[in-house]
Amino acid sequence: MSRPTALIAEDEPLLAEALRADLATLWPELQVVALAGDGQQALEQALALRPTLCFLDIRMPGLSGLEAARALTEDWPEGPHFPLLVFVTAYDQYALQAFDAQAVDYLLKPVDSARLAACIARLQRTLATRQGAAQELSSSVEKLRALLGAAPPPGSVPRLEVIQAQVGATVHLVPVSEVLYFEAADKYLRVVTAEREHLIRTSLRELLPQLDPNVFWQVHRGTVVQARCIASARRDESGKAILTLKGRSETLTVSRLYAHLFKGM
Amino acid sequence: MSSLHPSLPGALAPSGHSPWRRAGVQLLRGGAMVLVLNLAIATLLTVGGLGPFKSNLVVSMCIGLVCWLIIDGGRHAVAVLRDRWRAARGLPPGRPFGFPGWHWLLALCALGLVLGPVLGNLLAAQISGDHIPGLWPFAGSGTGMTWLLTLLASAIAVLTLSLLERLSHARADAEAARRVAAENQLKLLESQLEPHMLFNTLANLRVLIAMDPPRAQAMLDRLIAFLRATLNASRSSMHPLATEFERIGDYLALMGVRMGQRLQTQLSLPEELRAVGVPPLLLQPLVENSIKHGLEPKVAGGRIEVSARRDGDMLVLSVLDSGVGLGSVAPASHTRFGLQQVRERLHTLYGSRAGLELQEAAGGGTLARIRLPLPL
Repeated sequence: MSRPTALIAEDEPLLAEALRADLATLWPELQVVALAGDGQQALEQALALRPTLCFLDIRMPGLSGLEAARALTEDWPEGPHFPLLVFVTAYDQYALQAFDAQAVDYLLKPVDSARLAACIARLQRTLATRQGAAQELSSSVEKLRALLGAAPPPGSVPRLEVIQAQVGATVHLVPVSEVLYFEAADKYLRVVTAEREHLIRTSLRELLPQLDPNVFWQVHRGTVVQARCIASARRDESGKAILTLKGRSETLTVSRLYAHLFKGM
Repeated sequence: MSSLHPSLPGALAPSGHSPWRRAGVQLLRGGAMVLVLNLAIATLLTVGGLGPFKSNLVVSMCIGLVCWLIIDGGRHAVAVLRDRWRAARGLPPGRPFGFPGWHWLLALCALGLVLGPVLGNLLAAQISGDHIPGLWPFAGSGTGMTWLLTLLASAIAVLTLSLLERLSHARADAEAARRVAAENQLKLLESQLEPHMLFNTLANLRVLIAMDPPRAQAMLDRLIAFLRATLNASRSSMHPLATEFERIGDYLALMGVRMGQRLQTQLSLPEELRAVGVPPLLLQPLVENSIKHGLEPKVAGGRIEVSARRDGDMLVLSVLDSGVGLGSVAPASHTRFGLQQVRERLHTLYGSRAGLELQEAAGGGTLARIRLPLPL
């Protein structure tokens, strides 16, 4: 078996370096292939280097550790083993409660050596009894789904009724009920209605808590669609699904994480 | 009374029981008082030789209860309906509870004084089967006395009840205000000893102890000074601006160790302003917001400038960051609490002469500016 590799995503340089040093002491065979200072970088590096393990800090600029993990499950190719994920956090209780960890673990900062050693032992056990790659991916997806679902409710954010989309000096008022789907595009969000589409300067992350989850379904990390506008969902072999919309020619991709929304009744 | 804590309607709203039930309890208390008054009046009349006790009691009870229903029942009905009307428009309930306003109360009293004796006497006649002399129509020897007694008894009941209720409201308000103050104190402490900040700082410290002991020691000193200031902030009412800048410096130095190259800071405090007294850690929530919501989300990090200057007889304190800016992000509750807490402290100490404004900075990022009067 080739040497295991690891990616460390941590925005605080001292802590990243220290984790690398501790890992070098406690697990000499492990090769740290990348240190990423933010979530986006972590995602890109993980996809490019396909490490055996990812240590993800939860609070990072750009994407959070959880968001990076979610994106990783969506973009991970068929075939190679999905990395074992270890979340690192100073104080996110919900993350702790969500894990009754088997293949996935979490560490609390400051990370003491005994706890890190236990984590390493668990990771080594998991690696020794590895199942098929496809099975691993689906179990990671399951765990992440539970984890994302366990994130604290966004508080009492009022529901959004009308979207104000500015074009030059004009502000268009778009009733939320007329929106077919929202799609993230860089720093903007495409708001697509039957008649036209608008760009607004809001992230999906800010918008989501203001939408009724029974009406608008997230189907991908960058796509939220109004359920009654969906005509059909077709599953492909990789666990993803393709949505067609009523009266529209374009299709939307459903990621692995949300494919369970489209099981036949 | 309604102006006591206009910013905290939720905390002071009556909790638990429905308004009708609460009104019912107050109404019964009023009723009990009316019964006692009626008994007293009937006794007085009898002792004064004005008819037999039994018929005096029936008449005074009937008049008293009609007045009670009209005045006490009426004001609660009006108050509850008014609160519903206000709730439908998103307004907090009128206060104090059960008080519909003096105009309504006077109108109900007038109505009670007119209808009370008339309806009360009719009722009494029905009950006793007697003809009660001189009470209906408005003529006869007893009429003047009946009206006078009704007026007196109503006045006593209304005044006593409103006094008692006001007292109990004042007590409840004071209690709620104490509770809110204690909660705010706790939240303030929690916001300054934010667990993420604390544990991440400790994690860095743990690393530095092995790697760079002198630097670890310096960091620990900063942490100690910051913790001490945080715990003392609630006790001392003022400290010199120079000390305020030192503590902000401690906080930024701790954040600097954590964020490394991603955080650049600059503090500028003119010599002549060093001794000016300011509320302790007034700037801390602003600096924390700048880091947490301005710079931390930004991959490249950025710069924070904290500065003080004199503008006429005002002191202007600014926290400027080059972060992601206010944008369209609805501030998280924590941010709101931080800002609200700064505003409240300013308001308590300086009234309307001080203020905090938050704006998009010229080159991107956020500018928070506090203005407060300089001591003469």
